[in-house]
Amino acid sequence: MIINQDKCVACGNCTYVCTMGAIHIDPATRRGTIEPDECVECYACYNGMSQEHLPPGLVRAVRGFLKLLRLRFEPEPDICPTAALEPDELSWPRVVRRAFSDPRVPHESTGVQGRGTEEVKTNDVSGRIQMGDVGLTIEFGRPGVGVRFREIQVITKALAAAGVDFEGKNPVTSLMTDEKTGSIREDILGEKVLSAIVEIKVAAHRMEEMISLVHAAEKELDTVIAIGVGARCDFDGEERTIAPILERNGYKLERAKTNAGYGRITNELRGQA
Amino acid sequence: MTNTLHRYGKAESFRDDFVVFAMPSKGKSDEGCVPKMKRFLEMALPFAPVNLGDALHGGAFRPTRNANPAVHWKRDMSPDFRAVIDGVDAYTTVAAVFDRREAAEAFMDAVKKEDLGLCINISTSVEGGKRCCCAAGGPRHSVGYSLGFEGATEKLPDDKVLTLTTMCGHGMVSAGFARKMIDWVKENRRTPEEAAAYLAQFCSCGVYNPSRAKRVLEEAQHRPE
Repeated sequence: MIINQDKCVACGNCTYVCTMGAIHIDPATRRGTIEPDECVECYACYNGMSQEHLPPGLVRAVRGFLKLLRLRFEPEPDICPTAALEPDELSWPRVVRRAFSDPRVPHESTGVQGRGTEEVKTNDVSGRIQMGDVGLTIEFGRPGVGVRFREIQVITKALAAAGVDFEGKNPVTSLMTDEKTGSIREDILGEKVLSAIVEIKVAAHRMEEMISLVHAAEKELDTVIAIGVGARCDFDGEERTIAPILERNGYKLERAKTNAGYGRITNELRGQA
Repeated sequence: MTNTLHRYGKAESFRDDFVVFAMPSKGKSDEGCVPKMKRFLEMALPFAPVNLGDALHGGAFRPTRNANPAVHWKRDMSPDFRAVIDGVDAYTTVAAVFDRREAAEAFMDAVKKEDLGLCINISTSVEGGKRCCCAAGGPRHSVGYSLGFEGATEKLPDDKVLTLTTMCGHGMVSAGFARKMIDWVKENRRTPEEAAAYLAQFCSCGVYNPSRAKRVLEEAQHRPE
């Protein structure tokens, strides 16, 4: 993302909406400025703010006059008055930032849409997580902190050393050079993204081990982690295996997403007579 | 995509937060899914949702590319549900957000009877999700628990800001903007309802709950620093 210096009137609205706090008003130029290494190309400023197309010169003149009078026009807080925010042409490896940060774009780097997979959300159709399995989603960087792939690799290497298999269709997995070691492509390790999700599936009896492993490794990281635990319910709708283990480990389970089980296979079966 | 799972708050704070979403399974139930997803959204309307969303095109609160300068004095911030329904044109995830458990339960019941074949999930408190499924007369199939945030949590903002920002699970609502809206509400520069609508615009898949945001902003308005 760039801020068109000819258009910017330094209203400051974009400095607040930036998810990474990467925008400030440069006191020397009196224009909005983006710190390129902190910007994760999430496009929240460009997609989230409404745009006016006011003449920059006129706006600056009005703002300057009001300033002389110690007055300030209070614009709407979600508007860029001169449409000064402009998408930049992204090339590799910077394009990875947008793929992991702007939820509306498919993963150009991986061909996979979204930051993760369908997880348990389609489990009633996909059958990915069976009874006795646990699906773990380990999300880095959210909310509002961001993460570099170098930090993600600390966890993926620790998980790989424990012999887990990474979810194949996951965007982070597709950027690994070696799934057996959890190594991620060297050329993207310094790239910062808004969030990224590592997904694994293990037998239920290994869940505590995996969570402990993440706890131990996260001490080396300068970001936040959110773990999601997906499980198949019993046939009566109760979930008697995973929740008790988590509660025994001190987790108070406040929120969940619940698959109601209304899905079914509706696509025509290919190759059948 | 865990865009509704890690909302910040105690279970009790989700008493007005029920996100029901529908998604086809790729390769298994995605053929001809567009009219089904539109039907899902249409069916939500009689149950008074507070937001509707399409992960590809956005929610019922949307920014505009050509704002008229008059918006600084007079502006329609009401949700545009029709734009969401009409905009669904490809495989995506669609969502309906409710601020009353009874409405979510009744909607789940209606969706079950409609038998769209789409995968239906509800994101709320653990017990809330269970109750909604029971009310619709079916056992839960699977459940995904949130274990909350850990690691460098000293980098996170305070609880009110976090409650407001995490309602966009994709992280499009910044802490700086949420803090600004809290300040503006405290200073009586905007109403909690107006501030909630500003925040909801940044959520790019329409799962933001402006009703819960309004409540949080009202609580912040009366809380001393």
